[in-house]
Amino acid sequence: MAAVRTNGERTINRLAIVSVLIITMIFLAPIYWIASTAFKPRNLATTIPPTIVFTPEISPFVKLFTKRSQLRAPPSQEEYAAAPWWERLVFDGGEKVVRSGRGEVQLSGYPSRFMNSLIVAITSTVLAVGMGTFTAYGFSRFRVKGEQDLLFFILSTRMLPPVVVAIPMFLMYRAVGLNDTHLGLIILYTAFNLSFSVWLMKGFIDEIPKEYEEAALVDGYTRMQAFFKIVLPEAATGIAATAVFCFITAWNEYAFALIMTNRRAQTAPPFIPSQVGSGLPDWTVIASGTLLFLLPVAIFTFLLRNHLLRGMSFGAIRK
Amino acid sequence: MADIALQGVTKKFGPNIALRDLDLDIKDGEFFVLLGQTGAGKTTTLRVIAGLEKPNSGKVIIDGQDATGWNAAERDVALVLQQYSLYPRLTVRGNLEFPLKSRTHNLTTAEIKDRVDRVAETLQITRLLDRKVERLSGGEMQRVSIGRAIVRKPRVFLMDEPLSALDANLRDVLRVELKKLHSELGATFVFVTHDQVEAMSMGDKIGVLNQGRLVQVGTPSEIYARPINTFVARSVGTPPMNLLDGVLRGGAALLDAGGFTLPVTRTHGADGARMRFGIRPEDVVLDDNGPVSARVFDIENHGVIKILTLDIDGTHLHATVSAQTKVRIDEVVRFGWRPGKVLSFDPGNGRNLDLG
Repeated sequence: MAAVRTNGERTINRLAIVSVLIITMIFLAPIYWIASTAFKPRNLATTIPPTIVFTPEISPFVKLFTKRSQLRAPPSQEEYAAAPWWERLVFDGGEKVVRSGRGEVQLSGYPSRFMNSLIVAITSTVLAVGMGTFTAYGFSRFRVKGEQDLLFFILSTRMLPPVVVAIPMFLMYRAVGLNDTHLGLIILYTAFNLSFSVWLMKGFIDEIPKEYEEAALVDGYTRMQAFFKIVLPEAATGIAATAVFCFITAWNEYAFALIMTNRRAQTAPPFIPSQVGSGLPDWTVIASGTLLFLLPVAIFTFLLRNHLLRGMSFGAIRK
Repeated sequence: MADIALQGVTKKFGPNIALRDLDLDIKDGEFFVLLGQTGAGKTTTLRVIAGLEKPNSGKVIIDGQDATGWNAAERDVALVLQQYSLYPRLTVRGNLEFPLKSRTHNLTTAEIKDRVDRVAETLQITRLLDRKVERLSGGEMQRVSIGRAIVRKPRVFLMDEPLSALDANLRDVLRVELKKLHSELGATFVFVTHDQVEAMSMGDKIGVLNQGRLVQVGTPSEIYARPINTFVARSVGTPPMNLLDGVLRGGAALLDAGGFTLPVTRTHGADGARMRFGIRPEDVVLDDNGPVSARVFDIENHGVIKILTLDIDGTHLHATVSAQTKVRIDEVVRFGWRPGKVLSFDPGNGRNLDLG
């Protein structure tokens, strides 16, 4: 049957491939725009129509990582000759790299903001997924009084747009000194993600037959050992999926980061748009910052892709 | 090796009462079968013994010690379930090693390997040792499950319908193997099943459960020959015991159906008392001079025997006859019964009046 293919089927097949390609291109267009802008010379960044063909430059990235100031006059010949290649790129753009009194290059705010984002997103993901897994296990395996009400209560914390509570949260945070601290953001993001993580993990753990643990209990293992040896490996797929979701939420969060942090603990999302450069907004620098910002989520998802794709193949005998 | 006793065990799940004031005595080395329908409380009983459920009241005694407060690990029992008892991520060897690697055993790697190899040999699963459990057939999985139970040398084996998910041939084979294993190990086995054939053929003792109560405990022949009430009478035997309503009149049974009179040897109750007479199909005898006439409603040929369904004025009863018996559907036959085998039950509460 399958071997005999009519011309009609072949045409439909080709149409399907073409439409998938078109859809993919539509979805990838913004990514391409950001990626290409990150390598454009500054004067080509905002041309209309957009420049498609250009010689890629590394200068936006150099500018992204260095503190710069506007040049009053072009650099002298010796100055230009003595400068390393990346500093010349900054000179070419009509700016100069700011150096300390001892001649050390001053870094821009970007690396530390990026670091802050990593610290906050990773820690809050670990906390939310960890606590969520334990909570979900409890709900899944034990008779909890008022289980349905408690689960609904946990879910209800997601029913309000978080920004609604931004002002009271800001005032409370200021009162207890959590403003502009890593800890403050970590608590906030963990709280956001926890309800999601509990519900998601409960679904995954419900799928694992409780007979596995009971067999381990009878075999001489404690409840805790059974949890770590049996439940966790079985729930790995669910944990990976939940972790990806929590990480993306924490990594991309903008509103609270903007309100709650300004310097020490500021994350990348509120920082990147503030990189207007000296003078007019430098879109190439913003684009290069955004491009680098996209990488961790992409890498994280890529590393966990097997878990995400493997689906629910629990157990030797399927329910 | 151990005896087990349950004393006044009651277990509730919310508003549902799974076990009501259950008393049970299982002797050391006994093959004890818990027989009952779905929801009778068989599995709950097993889980209470295993320590996976805590009873609301009552005691669990293992080897004379009150084990009610002990957790599953401390009780040193092994559990074989119908399914899901193997860890899917491990190989067969990994599964067999798993119980030995717990903290309660202090075994060296060599000892573990030795024990696993010996168990694998006993159960003829040596060639499967390095296979992932997902790749096993149902029968192989149950063999490995049993292996995982015996590798630990526990005091008690608890088995929850271990053969129910298997096909008929395999079930017969494993039934024999389990029986053999029991006599080799000499350990206490508690075996839960809803299959009366399994119960009759395997058990040293059978406990019949109904709605969370233990109705009767006895050897298979006791349960079969002297059921305590109509429930037990109908629980064992294929086809089940015939129950016919009637009146005791002049030392004989006067059946409601057709108004036939049949002899009985044991009579309990006054003349004219209403009775429910019980007779097993194999004690119903076709006889041209028999006192009852009936129409043959159905014939099931089982090779060695035929099971006839006889119709007396709309009341059906079964008779087991030899396969050589020549009958046709709708033929009118005459039959009698063996008077000594007739049981009389109280038609109200179903109690066996012969047991007093």
